[in-house]
Amino acid sequence: MDEAFLWSAEVLAAQGRLPEGVSIEEITWLKRLRQGLDKTRRSLVNQLRAIVGQGPLNQAGVTEIESLLLQADVGIDATDYIIEALQARLRQEALPPSEAIAYLKQILRDMLDKPLGDSHSLSFVPEKDMLNIWLITGVNGAGKTTTIGKIAHIAQKSGYRCLIAAADTFRAAAVQQVKVWGERSNVEVIANPGKNTDPAAVVFDAIIAAQARHAELLLVDTAGRLQNKKNLMDELSKIRRIIDKKAPGAIVESLLVLDSTLGQNGLRQAEVFSEVAKLSGVVLTKLDGTAKGGIALAVVQQLGLPIRFIGAGEGIEDLRPFSSYEFVEALLSG
Amino acid sequence: MFDALADRLESAWKKLRGQDKISESNIQEALREVRRALLEADANLQVVKDFVAEVQTKALGAEVIAGVNPAQQFIKIVYDELVAVMGEENAPLANVTTAPTIVLMAGLQGTGKTTATAKLALHLRKQDRSTLLVATDVYRPAAIDQLITLGKQIGVPVFEMGKDADPVEIARQGVEKAQADGIDTVIIDTAGRLQIDESMMAELAQIKNTVTPHEVLLVVDAMTGQEAANLTRTFHEQIGITGAILTKMDGDTRGGAALSVRQISGQPIKFIGVGEKVEALQPFYPDRMASRILGMGDVLTLVEKAQEEVDFAEAEKLQEKILTAKFDFTDFLKQTRLMKNMGSLAGIVKLLPGMGNKLSDEQLQQGEVQLKRSEAMINSMTQEERRNPDLLSGSPSRRRRIAKGSGYSLEDVSKLVSDFQKMRSLMQQMGQGQLPGMGMPGMGGMGGMFGAPSMGPGTPPPGWRGYNSPAPSKKKKKEKKKKGFGSL
Repeated sequence: MDEAFLWSAEVLAAQGRLPEGVSIEEITWLKRLRQGLDKTRRSLVNQLRAIVGQGPLNQAGVTEIESLLLQADVGIDATDYIIEALQARLRQEALPPSEAIAYLKQILRDMLDKPLGDSHSLSFVPEKDMLNIWLITGVNGAGKTTTIGKIAHIAQKSGYRCLIAAADTFRAAAVQQVKVWGERSNVEVIANPGKNTDPAAVVFDAIIAAQARHAELLLVDTAGRLQNKKNLMDELSKIRRIIDKKAPGAIVESLLVLDSTLGQNGLRQAEVFSEVAKLSGVVLTKLDGTAKGGIALAVVQQLGLPIRFIGAGEGIEDLRPFSSYEFVEALLSG
Repeated sequence: MFDALADRLESAWKKLRGQDKISESNIQEALREVRRALLEADANLQVVKDFVAEVQTKALGAEVIAGVNPAQQFIKIVYDELVAVMGEENAPLANVTTAPTIVLMAGLQGTGKTTATAKLALHLRKQDRSTLLVATDVYRPAAIDQLITLGKQIGVPVFEMGKDADPVEIARQGVEKAQADGIDTVIIDTAGRLQIDESMMAELAQIKNTVTPHEVLLVVDAMTGQEAANLTRTFHEQIGITGAILTKMDGDTRGGAALSVRQISGQPIKFIGVGEKVEALQPFYPDRMASRILGMGDVLTLVEKAQEEVDFAEAEKLQEKILTAKFDFTDFLKQTRLMKNMGSLAGIVKLLPGMGNKLSDEQLQQGEVQLKRSEAMINSMTQEERRNPDLLSGSPSRRRRIAKGSGYSLEDVSKLVSDFQKMRSLMQQMGQGQLPGMGMPGMGGMGGMFGAPSMGPGTPPPGWRGYNSPAPSKKKKKEKKKKGFGSL
């Protein structure tokens, strides 16, 4: 029984989970998440203890916490918001460090859960017995194709009839990459053999195929595009229009894949993609490094987009539904 | 590229305007803005702290120069410091006397190593250096295919041993092959890896020890946040890097990572990736980047771009024509195509001093659309009409025919013709010396491009917000323009 295992068990218990219902996979995954966020966790807590413990925050304390959050890539606006909320509380009463941190966690969790409203549920899954289309978008190198591979695996394992549309027709060998993932999870990939074909056409074909085969989940892989490239963003909005037009009855989820090593440009990405692809959520990838993923807070706070999945690792199982509780615990626990 | 940071800094020194001396008290607000701006630009916190402290010391110690207001002086101090932090001058790629030069690429997943590898090969080919690419990324699905495809695109051989081979062995044999084939430079593409992944870092170290590269380039995504400092530190400590390539610089990221990478490793940024095409790699020039950060435009890059594309004999002929008002639609079309070769209108305008922030993306898009329309209409003209625009002014039926042929309305064509005539008379005045300073060969048409036919008369002139130009008058702008355009 190592410390990380105990911590994972505590987190799950605090969520009201019974030991019988917890799988080994879940524990392993939580451990990995904690490991990824380790650096943030330690520096944030230790320094907050030193500062917050002395009662109401003085100017130096505010500057220090501001710096800490900024260093976790939380961003200036979200940081200001957090600081103000914390300060308002500390003005009312001087809190010992542990309580102050508990309050800080509460603030963070509330921020993360707000976009979900009252319908808060941990399970974000496709609807059974009807077509769900998940459009996966993002800038170059965010981890879209890998995320698709992982989602396809989970979906297949959970008994969904799944299809992948390989609509990244631009990058060299992108179609091969998604095909390898398709093979790994035994999911068929719809692709166009031609070179530099219109990705919207691939999506069109894939929707027809999905409808013909009564597929339940169609995952659409798109080419990475920087949000300031007007032509590429137009192409994306065309894909989105085709989906809305050709599959009017389908449940469409439009997910932005965000690299957690990203800085403040992540916010800009979310803004622009949101407009073009009508985003309904975010997938946060590469949380297994020392990256802090603080940009997630900024995205959630400023755009009201919920985080749906977290990717931590390159293995096919390393994608999990997002839970603010786990995320914040991992970010701040001492 | 760094537009947003420039905006922030501008608001910082706006607060200094109207003050006649830099003092401890009036500089605080500006320093705070610089700090927040750099943090928001994702520069590392520690780097920012050092930077701001240095700027403060220098600003307070600065002699007040007569005729220069404190805001301008402050800008110069920030600019100089930025240049200093980013490393003064461009550092070229290593080139050893006994070939092959061995280059090892390293970095996290998704930063663009494979793409950068191909771009670098193309860059070297332009310098007549032969290259061999070595594909050692056996982990990511289809990574080897990607490099092979790119290699084919640029006509550069790729060495690979499939995905079941040992990366260290692939690298070793790749270098041997390069030696045997008499290749000038061998570039080893590696798998993306997290700096905390010990076994993967060990593998990279082993590749390095086996092939003893002359150059280890860390490929960093320009959009990276605070993490840039961590990963640079670890890669540098464990592998030892000799330089960096900053990728995805064509995005709208503020790119503070540039500061972090340089400051933490002490190694220069050698190249920047500015697009998805294989040509989109540029040498990194710290001074130019500093200008860009401060919103001063980047005339040098513009001039270089122009030099690559412009045929000088052509350019001189063209200038002659402009000055004698014989500039016709054929020339206009040539200019339009020349501009296209240099990149998008938006990309070019961003390089112009003071223009980057003045024109919105929307306006630029419109300008580009307008250029396309003009081109379509000109394509519907006969050769004679192109050479002699006066024919069109006098003949509504010719204009009607062109409207039909190009699919635009008669008004559109009439407007193009009258705008063009206006531009010609402007050019004539210029030729007679009434508007000095626009005479850069090959770029002469650009005044016209941004002027009458493309964007209407409302386009602001390329103003200059430089730190060393004290007299704020109309005259100053022209002088600056001359300096920028005339240095070709």
